[in-house]
Amino acid sequence: MSTPLLSQGTPPVVRKKISDPLPVRMLLIALTLLFFIGFVFLPLGLVFAQAFQKGWEFYLEAVREPYTIEAVKLTLTTVTIVVPLNAFFGVSAAWAITKFSFPGKAALKTLLDLPFAVSPVIAGLIFVLLLGSRTPFGTWLGEQGIKIIFSTPGIVIATLFVTFPFVARELIPLMEAQGRDEEEAALTLGARGWQIFVKITLPNIRWGLLYGMILCGARAIGEFGAVSVVSGHIRGQTNTIPLHVEILYSEYNFAASFAVASLLVFLALTTVVVKSIIEKKFQKNSLQH
Amino acid sequence: MGIELQNITKNFTGYTALDNISLNVASGDLIALLGPSGCGKTTLLRIIAGLESADSGKIILEGKDTTNLPPREKNVGFVFQHYALFRRLNVYENVAFGLKVLPRSKRPSKSEIKDRVEHLLKLVQMEWALKRYPSQLSGGQRQRVALARALAVNPRVLLLDEPFSALDAKVRQELRRWLRKLHDEIHVTSIFVTHDQEEALELADRIVVINKGKIEQQGTPQEVYDHPANAFVYNFLGNVNVFHGRVHEGVVTLGGHTVDAPDELKSTEGKTSQTFVRPHEIGISKIRSEGNDLEGTVREIRLLGGQIGLNIDCEGFEQPIDAEIPRELYLNLQLKKGDRVFVTFNKVKVFAGDYEI
Repeated sequence: MSTPLLSQGTPPVVRKKISDPLPVRMLLIALTLLFFIGFVFLPLGLVFAQAFQKGWEFYLEAVREPYTIEAVKLTLTTVTIVVPLNAFFGVSAAWAITKFSFPGKAALKTLLDLPFAVSPVIAGLIFVLLLGSRTPFGTWLGEQGIKIIFSTPGIVIATLFVTFPFVARELIPLMEAQGRDEEEAALTLGARGWQIFVKITLPNIRWGLLYGMILCGARAIGEFGAVSVVSGHIRGQTNTIPLHVEILYSEYNFAASFAVASLLVFLALTTVVVKSIIEKKFQKNSLQH
Repeated sequence: MGIELQNITKNFTGYTALDNISLNVASGDLIALLGPSGCGKTTLLRIIAGLESADSGKIILEGKDTTNLPPREKNVGFVFQHYALFRRLNVYENVAFGLKVLPRSKRPSKSEIKDRVEHLLKLVQMEWALKRYPSQLSGGQRQRVALARALAVNPRVLLLDEPFSALDAKVRQELRRWLRKLHDEIHVTSIFVTHDQEEALELADRIVVINKGKIEQQGTPQEVYDHPANAFVYNFLGNVNVFHGRVHEGVVTLGGHTVDAPDELKSTEGKTSQTFVRPHEIGISKIRSEGNDLEGTVREIRLLGGQIGLNIDCEGFEQPIDAEIPRELYLNLQLKKGDRVFVTFNKVKVFAGDYEI
């Protein structure tokens, strides 16, 4: 879109800033900086310092260790299953809540936040109680040769639960703001439901959707509590990266533990960068309508 | 018949939006649904388009009963108040949308679509904007693209929901004239919804005045304006002075001024009545011309474009009277605030009852 916007009536007025007095500003900036140094930079730096405590060789060895590689694989598998599924659920939920009216809609909207409100440990326990080998359903599943708790499916399910709200929460306000006009226009022009979704709705929400998926992915990578309950901590089989870090740490293998933790930090930093890029794109896009 | 609506009723929780509406629109006519906000006119339009369903009643478009068809099979063109252009598609893609979503068997070829879109954009004078996005267009331009988009599917009828109300006054007026001209060229049966009586009077072949889910009156603009069926229509179609009174010996007294009651009220001694006088149907002079003049004092003088608005305190009237006089008369009379003037009612209309707006 190289041409200038015609419809923008007046350019935004540049107001002269009314500033707080200098000491107040200095104090606030100093506080913020101190907080950042104490709670973000210092700990992050320590993670890397500890990780490289025994040198590059050791770091590479710890990261390349088979159990670590299995943990990375399991985490990535979980994320690749969870993010698309939750993207799908999130879009469906946001669509249902913003475009239709039905009884219980307000309750559904509130319940959507439940996974955030419930402690992850409890989220894990819910699934153990529901699907564990001592429950009727779990027994029946066992007879069919399906193992969920203490195995990959359990980890995926627990992660699904914990990360469910991200996409929907991102999309609901966006779709509410956009309203139903465009969809209604498409409807009167003869489009079918899926055509409306693919050609109109999806392009309108794509940045919000991507943003929600990234947050969902970041949380899925780092999820500890719920996964810890359902995983069983079997090395090389049901250990995700955060669980592996914890195991190494409790074995007093600090250098290896921090080396693996640095992988998580690295993934988190990547997510934050991608997120900020998308955020910029998102803002630019939401300006034009 | 272009559009036939039979006994359309629609209830929302707590109130009736449409109460047994029946309406016929001749093929090729441009009809205005005129009424205050919340009167049900937009609901009626949405029901015709299938965006909402009626509780009961029948809708027949160009001879085809479309009551139970899903909206995409109704084949109506709908123009929204806030344009509802597809923001991620450019102007060309917006207009082509209705053709591109047709099932393959009915879809025109690429070059046919291109010809049709270009033809329509020329019709709405937007052919220069093919590659523009909606955000790059002004409100008036967007609404013209929206109109082209609605016309692309060759709709049975065209429905416009307050199409100009989001535009500023100047553009609104321009677009209004332009739409009238366009309609004279393409002759598609059209209904537009408006709460602006000027827009309805200027644009429509026929006006349907709606209030509280019911049709109050329908007819040509001239008929509706000159012979309003009731107090609501009279009041809604323009500025008006309202005087409350009672029928006494066949006349209604307004201050010192008497008006003959209409025939149907003559015998109803003591009945409450309302007398309406439009501001521009009031005569102002500085000398008493006949016995029935009212004497008053000019309280306020306002400039209303070509007309001058006067606010006059008259003896025997609780509220000041609004009058509009031509600029020339105002200059000739050399009126100032506080001047004594004589007021005559050139045309009055008396309705029975205590009608509330």
